[in-house]
Amino acid sequence: MSAATWGLLVATFAACFVEMVEAATIVMAMGFTRSWRSAFAGTGAAVVALAIVTTFAGYAITSWLPDSALQLVIGGLLLIFGLQWLRKAVLRSSGRKSMHDEDEIYRDEVELARAAGDVGSGLDMFSFIVSFKGVFLEGMEVVFIVITFGLNADNVPVAVVGAAAAVVVVVSIAFAARKPLSMIPENLLKYGVGIMLASFGTFWSVEGVGIFRTGRESVAWPGNDIALLVLIAAWFLLSRVFIAVLRVGAPPARATAAVPTGEFVK
Amino acid sequence: MNAVKAFGRFWYDFIIGDDWKIAVAVVSALALVTVLLVWTSIGDHVLAVLGGVLIVCAFAISLAIDTRPRRSK
Repeated sequence: MSAATWGLLVATFAACFVEMVEAATIVMAMGFTRSWRSAFAGTGAAVVALAIVTTFAGYAITSWLPDSALQLVIGGLLLIFGLQWLRKAVLRSSGRKSMHDEDEIYRDEVELARAAGDVGSGLDMFSFIVSFKGVFLEGMEVVFIVITFGLNADNVPVAVVGAAAAVVVVVSIAFAARKPLSMIPENLLKYGVGIMLASFGTFWSVEGVGIFRTGRESVAWPGNDIALLVLIAAWFLLSRVFIAVLRVGAPPARATAAVPTGEFVK
Repeated sequence: MNAVKAFGRFWYDFIIGDDWKIAVAVVSALALVTVLLVWTSIGDHVLAVLGGVLIVCAFAISLAIDTRPRRSK
């Protein structure tokens, strides 16, 4: 397997892993507090809906868009998505934003579930809908990542394998732990994924600008795929510089611990 | 109608998220690369590197806006 294929596998696995941890927190909160049957039913319905969306979106994108347009649109979206993650990671690491706390999210969901009243004997609609929404919305991001990475790298099966492996691992950990997955270093993972998404997004979106010239040929990076490795290194180094610079200006209490205490950057 | 609204909301959250400046930064940088491609005769390799640099600069500016000290009234 080539380095590019490994990169694709690792990127889709890590990105989907983070999204699945968030979905698992919601489903577990519903299951433990209200009804496992309804939470699983909501999860199953979301998976079916995601499969339908993936089929249609994949078909539409591959049938209607020329290669460079695909790179520009998908690369641009990936870049926006990746930079949002990287921005949060930089702000969190420099102490200017509170850390993502899966335990806190779990407690909020449990509180909402308890406030929703008694659970009846049939299908509990509250658990069903909350689980459906949680899995569908997080899953849409997974679908987006799989489609974008898969199509642009011209290797959808590897992207699917990466995502499926992430689902299996998260479900296994959740099943074994039977509690919120706060032991997973989600902030660190998001930082890594943010760098990957930003790098791939930069590479593809700049290539895709070629759609605007005669012949619609993609813009070529020096060294072709090797440029991706350079971009990953560059985004990593730059993010460390941003973190170091922002840490200097951060309020002392927040610079190291990054504990939520008041008004941070939103 | 609810489904359409939810679909729109999803894409808004996805693209804009909690910081519109990132989307603006990316679109501006890519627009500038497009202008350079169409209006100048810069070669592909230089243009690609320049595109990367522009994206980094746009991201740095959005971060700087986010974290600039706010004046108290």
